[in-house]
Amino acid sequence: MRADRRAGAAALALLLAGCDGPQSSLDPGGPAADSIHTLGTIMYVGAAAVTLLVTVLMLVPFLRRRERPVRRNLFLWGGGVVLPSVTLLFLVPYVMNVGHGMRDVAPTRVSVDVTGHMFWWDVAYRRVDGLSGPARTANEMRIPAGEPVELFLHAADVIHSFWVPSLAGKTDMIPGRVNRMVIEADQPGIYRGACAEYCGLQHSMMRVDVIAMPRAEFDAWFAGLDDPAPSPATDELRAGRDLYADLGCGACHEVRGVSQGRAGPDLTEIGVRQSIGAGALPGGVGNIAGWIASAQHIKPGNAMPSYHQLQGPQLRALAAYMESLR
Amino acid sequence: MTITIDGPIPRPGRPSAPGAAAHPPGGEPQYPQSSGPDGLERLKQAWAKPRRFAIFKEMNNNHIGVLYIATGFLFLLGAGALSLLMRIQLAWPGLTFIDAARYNQFFTMHGTAMMFLFAVPIVEAVAVLLLPAMLGTRDMPFPRLSALGYWAYALGGTLVFSSLFFSIAPDGGWFMYPPLTGPEFSPGVNTEVWLLGLGFVELAAIAAAVELIVGILKTRAPGMTLGRMPIFAWYMLVTAGMIMIGMPAVIVADILLELERSFGMPFYDAARGGDPLLWQHLFWLFGHPEVYIIFLPAAGFVSMMLPSFARTKLVGYTWLAIAAVSVGFLSFGLWVHHMYSTGLPLLSLAFFSAASSAIAIPMGIQVFAWIATLWDGKPVLRVPMLFILGFLFIFTIGGLTGIMVAAVPYDWQVHDTYFVVAHFHYVLIGGMLFPLFAAFYYWMPVVSGRMLSERLGRWAFWLMFIGFNGAFLPMHVTGLRGMPRRIYTYAGDLGLNTLNMVTSVFSFVFAAGVLVFAWDAVRHWRTGPEAGSNPWDAPSLEWQSGNKSYGFRSIVPVTSRYPLWDQPDFADDEMAGRGYLPDAPTREREALITGPITGEPEQLMRMPGPDWVAFLASLFSAVALAAVTLQFGPVAAVFGVLAVLAFGKWLWSLDPEKPRGLVDAGRGTALPAYSNNSSSVGWWGMMVVLISDAAVIVSLAFAYLFLWTARPMTWPPDGSALPTFEGVAPIGFSVILAYALFLWAERLIRADLRGATAIALVGVALLAVLALWLGWGWFRDLGIDHTATSYGAAVTALLGYMGLHLAGGAFMAMWCVVRLGLGMMDAWRSLTLRVCLLWWHVAAPGAIAVLILVAGFPHVTG
Repeated sequence: MRADRRAGAAALALLLAGCDGPQSSLDPGGPAADSIHTLGTIMYVGAAAVTLLVTVLMLVPFLRRRERPVRRNLFLWGGGVVLPSVTLLFLVPYVMNVGHGMRDVAPTRVSVDVTGHMFWWDVAYRRVDGLSGPARTANEMRIPAGEPVELFLHAADVIHSFWVPSLAGKTDMIPGRVNRMVIEADQPGIYRGACAEYCGLQHSMMRVDVIAMPRAEFDAWFAGLDDPAPSPATDELRAGRDLYADLGCGACHEVRGVSQGRAGPDLTEIGVRQSIGAGALPGGVGNIAGWIASAQHIKPGNAMPSYHQLQGPQLRALAAYMESLR
Repeated sequence: MTITIDGPIPRPGRPSAPGAAAHPPGGEPQYPQSSGPDGLERLKQAWAKPRRFAIFKEMNNNHIGVLYIATGFLFLLGAGALSLLMRIQLAWPGLTFIDAARYNQFFTMHGTAMMFLFAVPIVEAVAVLLLPAMLGTRDMPFPRLSALGYWAYALGGTLVFSSLFFSIAPDGGWFMYPPLTGPEFSPGVNTEVWLLGLGFVELAAIAAAVELIVGILKTRAPGMTLGRMPIFAWYMLVTAGMIMIGMPAVIVADILLELERSFGMPFYDAARGGDPLLWQHLFWLFGHPEVYIIFLPAAGFVSMMLPSFARTKLVGYTWLAIAAVSVGFLSFGLWVHHMYSTGLPLLSLAFFSAASSAIAIPMGIQVFAWIATLWDGKPVLRVPMLFILGFLFIFTIGGLTGIMVAAVPYDWQVHDTYFVVAHFHYVLIGGMLFPLFAAFYYWMPVVSGRMLSERLGRWAFWLMFIGFNGAFLPMHVTGLRGMPRRIYTYAGDLGLNTLNMVTSVFSFVFAAGVLVFAWDAVRHWRTGPEAGSNPWDAPSLEWQSGNKSYGFRSIVPVTSRYPLWDQPDFADDEMAGRGYLPDAPTREREALITGPITGEPEQLMRMPGPDWVAFLASLFSAVALAAVTLQFGPVAAVFGVLAVLAFGKWLWSLDPEKPRGLVDAGRGTALPAYSNNSSSVGWWGMMVVLISDAAVIVSLAFAYLFLWTARPMTWPPDGSALPTFEGVAPIGFSVILAYALFLWAERLIRADLRGATAIALVGVALLAVLALWLGWGWFRDLGIDHTATSYGAAVTALLGYMGLHLAGGAFMAMWCVVRLGLGMMDAWRSLTLRVCLLWWHVAAPGAIAVLILVAGFPHVTG
């Protein structure tokens, strides 16, 4: 038993070692994740108490010296019926109340259509005027901090699930259905998320970043979504843009003002993304080049071919052009 | 099968037991039984294993049970090895020890094999092995069906598992959600391996469940009322019932997906009006009860073992039986808690959340009844008891995290994360594997006659207990820190590295514990100490039967729940042949059929002996199935025909000629050797199968109604004509007429009017064919395209399934006609006809209901 206690202590130490990590539900950054964390904490304490009770009760008969007549009804009625019934009588209404709090949210100022693809995220902001088309980005979502944002969740191919643990629980994206959820970040910051429903070969590499910004910064960024991508200023960048066109990148990708492909992620702001390939590599020009040259090696089975035939200077020019898109 | 008697029938004096029924008037019963050594000799002969190829031909349940358990254990080791490989891959972030494609096959196969090839089969296997002895019978009623089920499972399971070695293993997850597993995103053969191979294994599970239900209800020892059954029998009765009702849902889901893949019928394809959620409903409608199908037998093991170690009777026998039954019922109302994050309305989630939490009450009752039993007695800490304590600790934690995930908003956070992985391993390993290992240590002497090592057992326990908790307790935190399930690698900056390393290291500690047991299990056959007849001084009958192939020397009436404690003369009576059936006068295997409630002897049953047919039927079917999966058409055709022939031979041998008078059953009792009505086991077997069949029909109707409500816009008019009542009336009328004619034929055969019966049955077949022909014409005229919309697909599937029923009904009528013509059926020997009539009791009302649904529902919804 002593060894077991040591294992238990080790596990507890791990639990208390801090709730860090950019994708942790134990470090809530929004009201939904926060109320779930509170609910969880209450249940952890209750569960620990019941586990202790059962463990003690089951060991006592082996440790006591004399037996005393047992009161069977106390066990069966008390432990079997009353204990769970009373607990649930309080727990279930509280739980449903928490749930309603998350589903019933007043109308929001920002509404986003998020579509899960194998294996990336398309993000399209609905415009208030409803006249012009949506403003797009991919694998990253910027939201204003301190206010709820409404998400409409779609699936382009198979089932995915949108999950940013430190903001809220997950909601599935199911072909033929549109699900709605609301997220809110209390403070500006980067909140990481991932696809939570197994969606095939590269389910593991389907990262999403939610970047919460102060409202004013968000408004400025959002206004910028109307502008075309900056024109290349140097010869190398111009060569990169020409390669982008010649290689047919635009058949799959959108760069605002340059190409309108929709089969792959929008690249208009690829230069400032947190990651390349939805979590395959960190952002930056070197990784962009690596990704272009060997996307199939880094993330086998994703829809992007490896352009390993490119010469060094070509690759550098193309990557530099991509990195200039911000 | 005919009765052959070698040599003169011995007629020794019968023992006169007090209270035994007197012989009814009408002469001496046939085939008198002897309780002397000559009777024992014949008994041994009748139950002897065949000299050659015993492993394939023998169909005694205590032979099949051992094979079954050994095979299940091998799948445990295989699926466990996969998990160790995955744990190596996950030990560090960004490893490429296993690539993504292989990892996905591994986790799919790990879950699939653990659930379908290990957990469910092995608990059924333990029941198949032990229940005949616990119930005080020589064998349960359908040993041939058990053998068929075992071989289907072993061959089908091997087929599925070995696909790993050819890299064609299924990779869609054990839950196989479409559209990922649909024709567009999984065009390969991998998915077929899962759908076809596991469909086969699921049928095997149903076969074992039929055997268990009818065995528990009809072959208990005389005097063993329902209230005196060993508690394990209650648990298995509920479990087998759940298998009969739950498995059809997943089989329907399988079939619909296979129809979509092979014939383009869009049940799950949203673009053509299907709905991926239909799969999830059907799958979890089975998949949730599945958890309790695995847990309840284990709870039964614990309830059987505890009295031996607590040295006292079980506290709350009735409470436990009621708890088992209520868990069975409740478990069918919980499936949606696997779907909280799919965006269903909160109101319906509230219902399922409350129901999911409510299961804590019967679970709490069980845990506290076991604890109270310990308090009531003077418990002894031996290895099985250690495993039971480990079970109570681990399972309690699993149950409590179960209440957490039943809380809807909490589940939105932890669903599909490692928290859930930790939760259900606590439930399944705690709730099933630890009791199973306790059962291995406890019951091994029944099989081998030897004890496993107490010292190695403690090693195995502590390694498993520490390894398990060390691996899975941190996993809760891993999930809460944001690690989703089913990922082959993770980023190094998420705070998951240490947690994953700890889990990986302890998973090997756990595996070491399993290996210590496996080594001991092999070793003890030679070196283990002799166990003697009842090493734990247990109260239940399996310790009296030992590992004799015939079970008991004689079947002694039971008057208590704890016969070996409460009936001091039981052992002596049994050994001295003072019970029922001390002999096998015809050298055929015999068992007693008793009443389902009271356990009164009703009939003496002659059972099939060793035979190739079950093994060959499974083998041919398995080869045909493998050929279909791999698309070797001609091979599939040849072996398909062979399989049909094997099954045909088997079916033909059913309802054999039996002695028409009363036969001696021992203890001065005479019983009939045949029954042509609802007291026969054949009738009960068909009843139980038809419950499953009805569940299939209900699942298909559910699919139709669900797709309609989920996708109203793609439903008619889809270009096809709307079905009308006028259109289906002639079809329905033919069906009703055929059914009425079959009912009438049953009357005619009762009056022994064989010619008239044959004519009526030919009429049944003709009317059924007429209904099919009318139905086909009507369906074709509607112009329904089964590939265009989910409406066409659902209607086609429903009507097609009922069409198969009518075709089957026509075939059965002609089968009876042939047997009538060959003199194999008369007023007395008429069980075949009644069993076929049972089929019509489901087929005809089912067909009418489906016609009304298909013709009426479009008008209801407008």
